[in-house]
Amino acid sequence: MKIDAIKNGIVLDHIKAGTGMILYQFLKLDDLDCPVALIKNASSKKLGKKDIIKIDSSEYNLDLDVIGFIDPEITVDIIKNGVLCEKRHLELPEKLTNILTCKNPRCITSVEQELPHIFHLTDRENKIYRCAYCEAKAKS
Amino acid sequence: MKNLIDILDLSTEEIDQLIQTANDIIENPEKYSEKCRGKKLATLFFEPSTRTRLSFEAAMYELGGNVLGFSEAQSSSAAKGESVADTAKTISCYADIIAMRHPKEGAPLVASQKATVPVINAGDGGHNHPTQTLTDLLTIQREMHRLGNFTIGFCGDLKFGRTVHSLIAALSRYENIKVVLISPEELKLPSYVKKDILLKKGIEYRQTTDLESVMPQLDVLYMTRVQRERFFSEEEYLRLKDSYILTPEKLKNAKKELAIMHPLPRVNEISVAIDDDPRACYFKQVLNGKYIRMALILKLLEVE
Repeated sequence: MKIDAIKNGIVLDHIKAGTGMILYQFLKLDDLDCPVALIKNASSKKLGKKDIIKIDSSEYNLDLDVIGFIDPEITVDIIKNGVLCEKRHLELPEKLTNILTCKNPRCITSVEQELPHIFHLTDRENKIYRCAYCEAKAKS
Repeated sequence: MKNLIDILDLSTEEIDQLIQTANDIIENPEKYSEKCRGKKLATLFFEPSTRTRLSFEAAMYELGGNVLGFSEAQSSSAAKGESVADTAKTISCYADIIAMRHPKEGAPLVASQKATVPVINAGDGGHNHPTQTLTDLLTIQREMHRLGNFTIGFCGDLKFGRTVHSLIAALSRYENIKVVLISPEELKLPSYVKKDILLKKGIEYRQTTDLESVMPQLDVLYMTRVQRERFFSEEEYLRLKDSYILTPEKLKNAKKELAIMHPLPRVNEISVAIDDDPRACYFKQVLNGKYIRMALILKLLEVE
């Protein structure tokens, strides 16, 4: 299968196989007008199988926090004029805003819809995020 | 420091300072009687809590200040659908400091982000109640003359009891604290509190269902009420509510200097026969609550 190389845009590489579609939805890529490719189960020396996403647009403002939250092992390649000009390595973000929603019915966010849903990373090792308001553990 | 939302917002040095001020207020009340003249405290109680509200109000009056506010959501704009943020901004125009109780967890934090005056969390659902923890710390300090090197037993509802979780978190920052957890199986301390606080801080603890067997080890016994409102089933509440009732017989092997504490209100978990025992500290705790709130108001208003 051949997918054209992109000239100006972003390649999300080393996505754990099966996570590509989740990331696609979290990043709201179906809202974009530019060409977007989601490649599933590509062969990978490092992972065996991996997913890849290519976004053929230099305008797209990538939310690195979302990607870091879903899988900090993903690499972000920035392509300019057909050349890889930057490779970004991610880590779990300290703070997530409006990526997760608090499910605690006793949380203030359950009744005040306009409040941003903010979560803080409280345990990096076990990837635990807690609501900034009620400290309930995030259920992703 | 501008607000008090969580007890861990305060460093141990700041807590020591508040305790020192509270002790000075107890010794020299007249020195403080005009400190807040012309200042107003707004008590915004979106759910009723007579004890906490009156403690804040008494604290402000004893500092020479004034109080305004409401004692239930029905008599506030919240009944008309106003957001916590808007209430906080509005009240900031009328008062110099806010004490807020709200049934929703995190509401005082939201208020503190929007208010232009200091906000004190006076209890948010089952989440935080930092002034109760300050009250407990002042009581322990006054009874034990130290905030480290003692064994404290928590007895009763350790699962839903927010005062227990907060006090454990606060004490975890002091030296050589040993914790004994006494509860029925169904009301044991949640594993995240054990993992995030006790194990993380290397605090020695043991769990038991038998109060009398551990009584001789305790320097402080912190009793709690099994709270009806935390249960979905009345049957389960009734089954567990009488799990531990402290009676004079159960204190036979207790230390002479034991401090018996309780955040109140009690139902029947401490027999009234213990009220006259010199080791009973729970009504002193109520009084200490007023003094530590006075100290806190002074600190947040930056009154010298």
